[in-house]
Amino acid sequence: MTAHALTDTNAAEDGAADPSPLAIGPWLAADPYGMTAAEKDAALSAVLRALTQHHRAACPDYARILDLLGTGENGMTHLADVPFLPVRLFKAFDLLSVPRDEVFKTMTSSGTSGQSVSRIYLDRETAALQGKVLARLMGDLLGPKRLPMLVIDSPAVLRDRNAFSARGAGILGFSLFGKDVTYALDDEMRLNLPAIEAFLARHAGERIFLFGFTFMIWQHFHRALEASGIRLPIDNGILLHGGGWKKLQDEAVDNAEFRAALGRSTGISRVVNYYGMVEQTGSIFLECEHGHLHAPIQAEVIIRDPLTFRCMEVGETGLIEVLSLLPRSYPGHALLTEDLGRIEGVDDCPCGRHGTYFSVAGRIAKAEVRGCSDTYEARS
Amino acid sequence: MKPVPDLPVTLRVGGPLRTIERRPLPPYAPEVLAFLTALSKRLLTAPQTRLHPDIAAFAYWCRPANLARLQRAFGAAHARLGRGLALHIAPANVPVNFAFSFAFGLLAGNANIVRIPDAGHPQAEVICDALAALFADPAHRRVAAMNRLIRYPRSDAITGSLSQIAQARLLWGGDETVSRLRALPVHPRCVDIAFADRYSFCILDADAVLEASDTVLASLVKGFYDDVFLLDQNACSSPHLVLWQGTAKAKAAQARFWPAMTAYLEKSYALAPVHAVDKFVHLCATAIALPEAAASQRHDNFVYRVVLDRLPADIERHRGRNGFFYEHATDDLTCLAGIVEERYQTVTTFGIDRDALVQSIIAQGLSGIDRVVPVGKALDIGVIWDGYDLIGELSRIVHTA
Repeated sequence: MTAHALTDTNAAEDGAADPSPLAIGPWLAADPYGMTAAEKDAALSAVLRALTQHHRAACPDYARILDLLGTGENGMTHLADVPFLPVRLFKAFDLLSVPRDEVFKTMTSSGTSGQSVSRIYLDRETAALQGKVLARLMGDLLGPKRLPMLVIDSPAVLRDRNAFSARGAGILGFSLFGKDVTYALDDEMRLNLPAIEAFLARHAGERIFLFGFTFMIWQHFHRALEASGIRLPIDNGILLHGGGWKKLQDEAVDNAEFRAALGRSTGISRVVNYYGMVEQTGSIFLECEHGHLHAPIQAEVIIRDPLTFRCMEVGETGLIEVLSLLPRSYPGHALLTEDLGRIEGVDDCPCGRHGTYFSVAGRIAKAEVRGCSDTYEARS
Repeated sequence: MKPVPDLPVTLRVGGPLRTIERRPLPPYAPEVLAFLTALSKRLLTAPQTRLHPDIAAFAYWCRPANLARLQRAFGAAHARLGRGLALHIAPANVPVNFAFSFAFGLLAGNANIVRIPDAGHPQAEVICDALAALFADPAHRRVAAMNRLIRYPRSDAITGSLSQIAQARLLWGGDETVSRLRALPVHPRCVDIAFADRYSFCILDADAVLEASDTVLASLVKGFYDDVFLLDQNACSSPHLVLWQGTAKAKAAQARFWPAMTAYLEKSYALAPVHAVDKFVHLCATAIALPEAAASQRHDNFVYRVVLDRLPADIERHRGRNGFFYEHATDDLTCLAGIVEERYQTVTTFGIDRDALVQSIIAQGLSGIDRVVPVGKALDIGVIWDGYDLIGELSRIVHTA
């Protein structure tokens, strides 16, 4: 299959019959959490098999990797059989499955200064598919109508456009599901109380959608409210947050404490964490009312043993692999992350959603460097 | 003689810098041998040594029988004296290397200023404590007066000041450190012994591996483990390439060696998850960057192997870490001429005639390979290292005619 053939999938967006396993229509029409894990394994692995063939044909570097890994097209009957790439590879190499002149947008991960960043190349088709799947998942979370939206961040993040930073891209992406988008922090990341109060006054009695990055919310929103002794009346709010817990773990704040604290400072009772990454924008994993991250039908999570890369059982902690049917313009449909997590259960979450549900335990630890080099180091 | 300036350094062992005694001794001086003997005894009986096999290896190296052997091998063809003051810039990531460097300087008869790294290795503290205790013993007054072990943050100003009064410098830590330190002005008579980035590989004879008894195979596996995994395949002398001699039986020999290696690693090596991911990333990167990579095999995540259908001339640029190897089978070791250049340091061998290999290196005039040693000895540092006779380089000849 060529990249060109894939562009026909737009024709199938209303769910019309399309023989291509890559058609998105059926995946948008279905309940995002309506498939059992076994049903999804069969249906989604057909798509990922087709994606593997597509990327092998369209991305020579990817084909070389599969050849060296000894991966054939046969025997890919389960999601666990789909060959995966290490997510870090996107930091070292430009991996594309489309000609460069079809690149519509380049996403970069938000590495801290000095770190290299991932570069993810999107063509119009992949960007559109990401938007559609994200809209489907957000519709399931927020309902059919756009809600007044409070972004717990500074508008300055968007003005400083070093390509699309993950933070800026996240804000822009989720802002599509809000209206009257208002920033809760000023350019210096200080609480903008007048803006918040005016926003709440405009939307008294309405459901409010709040979005931000976990640590920013904690540091610049919750902490600031707590310090000034303010409790905001946002009881009717739903707060979506992501970006990882590393900095909060350093402060010994876990998910339960985070929820409780925001309840105290804002009254918000529905706090929804998500797990997602710039390498698979769109098919995100949202937290349910019971605190579990759920794989939607468009994506899956597999836990692999760091010592062997074999799949681990429910309850065992290992490396998180993420799969998504979205990546068409870059070979990122099956990625081994450097996060640790475990499957909490399958098809039986008390929230009623089907499929895999899981938790994330943080990043794998860096290791000490041993060896002859690096003597004249800054430390001493 | 220029005085030793006062510098903002932390004195770990020994008195103030300006009081250092710089009058040299002859190589293998009785005072030095007595000191190293006492150090060996002290370390071997220290309770912490049991936790650190690298301290034990250093202590064992310093025992009198070994020093006597080295002294005999050094010979007495010339009257010699230490060059004067030796400055040692020790590497951060090999915990006991500073101690070996110091001992080489001592044995050559020099006064020594050793910059020890502060990378949090407990081994450095154990050794420094032992040195400090011996310095306090009047029996070792002369050695104590001649030596200082210090710490200071990376500073060209301090290293530069010390370089101007040193007659020899031992610069560890690879190309970048060496070129940075070489740029500093030094004493006009200063001799630099620079340990640059090196590359090492291993040659295994397929027949020998197949014919080895289980006991011999077990010791080969243990030796290979020591060469590679004690320093996560990061040491200059750890192999990255495994050359199999004997194409007909190479596959069978690999099928015997690597599973045994993997089984040993499963018992003995704490594989960090990040290293497993590193190796996987490296395998994918190798696919993109190395066209000669024809196939690969993973033994779980302990051993990654990349089969090369032919040896690229720049194979030295492709290196593994934490158990990642390039492999190639050949019937003719003269293929080495096509890859070996200056960077090549150590060849570890099994089932190979080492003397013949050394003769062939010399006959072919290869620009690299300084060491040909059995598998298991890659990390055994000694007075002959990196192609240098260190005691010879660090001492001067007083010639008469």
